Amino acid sequence: MSTVIPESVAPDLHPNPEPSMRAPRLHPLGVRVLHWTNAVAMIIMITSGWGIYDDFVIFHGTHFSPVLRLGSWAAPSLLWHFAGMWLLALNGLVYLLYGIMSGRLKQRLLPIRWQELKVTIIDSLHFRIAHEDLTVYNAVQKLLYIVVILAGIWQVATGLFVWKPVQFSTEVAVLGGFQAVRLEHFIGMSVIVGFLVVHVALSLLVPSTLWAMISGGPRVPRPAARS
Amino acid sequence: MKSPFRPKKLPDAAVLDDHRPLIRSLQRRGLLRGGLSLGALTMLTGCDVGDSTSVGRALLSVSRWNDRVQAALFDPNKLAPTYPESLILKPPKFNAYYDITKLKPVDGQTWKLELAGLIADKRPWTAAQLAALPQRSMVIRHVCVEGWDYIGGWSGPTLRSFLERVGADLSAKYVAFKTADDYPSSIDMATALHPQTLLATEYAGETLADPFGFPLRLRMATKLGYKNPKWITAIEVTNQYSGGYWESLGENWFGGL
Repeated sequence: MSTVIPESVAPDLHPNPEPSMRAPRLHPLGVRVLHWTNAVAMIIMITSGWGIYDDFVIFHGTHFSPVLRLGSWAAPSLLWHFAGMWLLALNGLVYLLYGIMSGRLKQRLLPIRWQELKVTIIDSLHFRIAHEDLTVYNAVQKLLYIVVILAGIWQVATGLFVWKPVQFSTEVAVLGGFQAVRLEHFIGMSVIVGFLVVHVALSLLVPSTLWAMISGGPRVPRPAARS
Repeated sequence: MKSPFRPKKLPDAAVLDDHRPLIRSLQRRGLLRGGLSLGALTMLTGCDVGDSTSVGRALLSVSRWNDRVQAALFDPNKLAPTYPESLILKPPKFNAYYDITKLKPVDGQTWKLELAGLIADKRPWTAAQLAALPQRSMVIRHVCVEGWDYIGGWSGPTLRSFLERVGADLSAKYVAFKTADDYPSSIDMATALHPQTLLATEYAGETLADPFGFPLRLRMATKLGYKNPKWITAIEVTNQYSGGYWESLGENWFGGL
């Protein structure tokens, strides 16, 4: 596994500047803590959710293997789920507030150009995955990150409605009723798990991306320094 | 009068002698388990909540915190959706911690509802007295913690009207129930006073059938199914938390919808 970060991608302006003067890392420490906290929270929510699903399955004849479930039966799975929800929701809230207020989300994920999206999808299908420059996301990456962020918000909302269908009876009615919201909560999980498979597979194919999320990655000049 | 919520007879200390080998083996098992706990840390999926592991204890304390959050989310004036009578499922679903073949029907002739705790008039009630209280009907959705649901139609006096009639302390924290099938249960006072909390004696316009709690069961539109005890034999108003059957096995106590 390559652990050498190509510093040449983002050369420092000064050879030995004060630490506070140096350009920030691609993934500042705060982002890394939020990312790995979210990873733990997501895994708790997904695997405990599978335990809850198995108690009364939506699709007849399907179930998740006990090996994959968090909690030895439904009650512990529920305890995990309703503890994990705090971690997921609070961590996600801090992430969104930080991402919006710092402008980072907009800068990293927008705009998505249709032409670029088409080319990247065709390239990906031919296994031409170019990712030498960690500091820039291609159009497919941007789209996937936006989809998974929206799916996370969707899960918090539908999860709240399934938990409290009387207090949120209007929202449940709009979404098609109690069993419909249960299904929609399950679909949201499926989208996130689908993202996770691609996300983890690609980070293993391009290990420098994984290392960057641990060590911080290359230093990136502030947007002002770019012009 | 002795409270029906306390054991009538204390257990004989001699039972300890009868089971001394078992107690010894439990201690040995505890030692083995302690030795394995480091390995267990890497296999949290095998963690049994409610036992003595620190993870289990932490999860249970989050569950108690969630009780408080749910009490805050609970709007005493918010009514659960109601449905037309044509949607009522007949008969309703039987669900208990045992199989329907183990059902022990209650004799309505000799049945009495005992009262205990912070209640002014603790004289027991008969089915005829309950029937004389103002009756309410509601067609509501039953939601099970497992994930299934059905529409049911229930009738009987509201728990609020009953508690007011017997002079219960409505500022107390809990209303607890004892049942003929050993399924203790307790709820918060705010839910006990909700207009859609009934002491149900009828289903779909007919006297409750044996499997569904004859002669008296609790039916709340604002709580999960397992929070509704059937075959009620005693009601206590109290400030003492007493949990319930599934709650002692790790289910959340508030169980609000």
